[in-house]
Amino acid sequence: MHVPDGFLDAPISVATGAVAAAAVGLALRGARRELDDRTAPLAGLVAAFVFAAQMVNFPVGAGTSGHLMGGALAAVLVGPWTAVLCLAVVLLVQALLMADGGITALGTNISLIGIVTVVIGYGVFVLLRRLLPDRLESLPVAAALGAFVSVPAAAAVFTGLFAIGGQAPVDTGAVLVTMLGWHTLIGIGEALVTGLVVSAVVATRPDLVHGARSLVAARHQQLRETVTA
Amino acid sequence: MSRGDAPRVGTRAFLLGGILVALLIAGVGSYYASSHPDGLEYVAESSGFLDTAEDSPTAGSPLADYGTAGVDNERVSVAIPGVVGTLLVLLVAGGIGFAVRRREGAEPAPGERSDAAAAGRG
Repeated sequence: MHVPDGFLDAPISVATGAVAAAAVGLALRGARRELDDRTAPLAGLVAAFVFAAQMVNFPVGAGTSGHLMGGALAAVLVGPWTAVLCLAVVLLVQALLMADGGITALGTNISLIGIVTVVIGYGVFVLLRRLLPDRLESLPVAAALGAFVSVPAAAAVFTGLFAIGGQAPVDTGAVLVTMLGWHTLIGIGEALVTGLVVSAVVATRPDLVHGARSLVAARHQQLRETVTA
Repeated sequence: MSRGDAPRVGTRAFLLGGILVALLIAGVGSYYASSHPDGLEYVAESSGFLDTAEDSPTAGSPLADYGTAGVDNERVSVAIPGVVGTLLVLLVAGGIGFAVRRREGAEPAPGERSDAAAAGRG
């Protein structure tokens, strides 16, 4: 989904650049609520894992491929503000060193892959946490479904930007349909990877998972009451 | 007491294990990545706007397109940007994480609850 230079016009690139800069600025403040001495290194690990996973395109049929975007995964593991920072770092390194995603399109890519997937993925995760049983086993399911929805959501937002500032006279309705179709398939891969990774981390160190905070805190409280009783 | 109350692995082991997994994915797994165009590129081509794409200003950089300039061995050529990128992202994002984190012992800002307090460990 990395947008190259040239797809979108200058006003859209400037606008998404401003959105990305503002979001990163807010995230630098917001991440303070999510990170402490214990969880700060996780920001680096999660960003590194997302970078690595984004290199591995998986086939989705008919000569198309997709890769993990990682916004939902990062948000569940380290919190949504930190996730925006993680994805911004990944996209910056990719654009500068690997020419993956354009330079004038960097703001667009941070907006789509670093903000839309985090907001939608984490939003769906939080919503499902309320609907599913309040236990650790629900976390990978909620994370996977958030991840699944986040990919077509980013595809829809790209199409919206393209409808306003696309540089080719094509039917954006048709673009929306094909973008949503392919990215729903890619979303299945996103959901599988996200569910597996969240479930592995929850099984190993639930206390480090941002999305498990309330559960882990409640468990400690319970343990404390048992000990003092 | 239900299962999983005690963390099974230490934080250092968890982090090192995670970094190792990321390095293996980027350094070895990436060689097996599908070379088909991704969803956006595929749609751009079939819808007829792929030719509006321009080369990135960094397209001539030594690690552009996840290949290493001057390295013929394909496994090594993709492994180098994988490992370099993973470590660079680890350091930059980890550095930002440390820079913005709450310092232990510092007063939490109004409305904030520190992790440790929330977990009942003071």
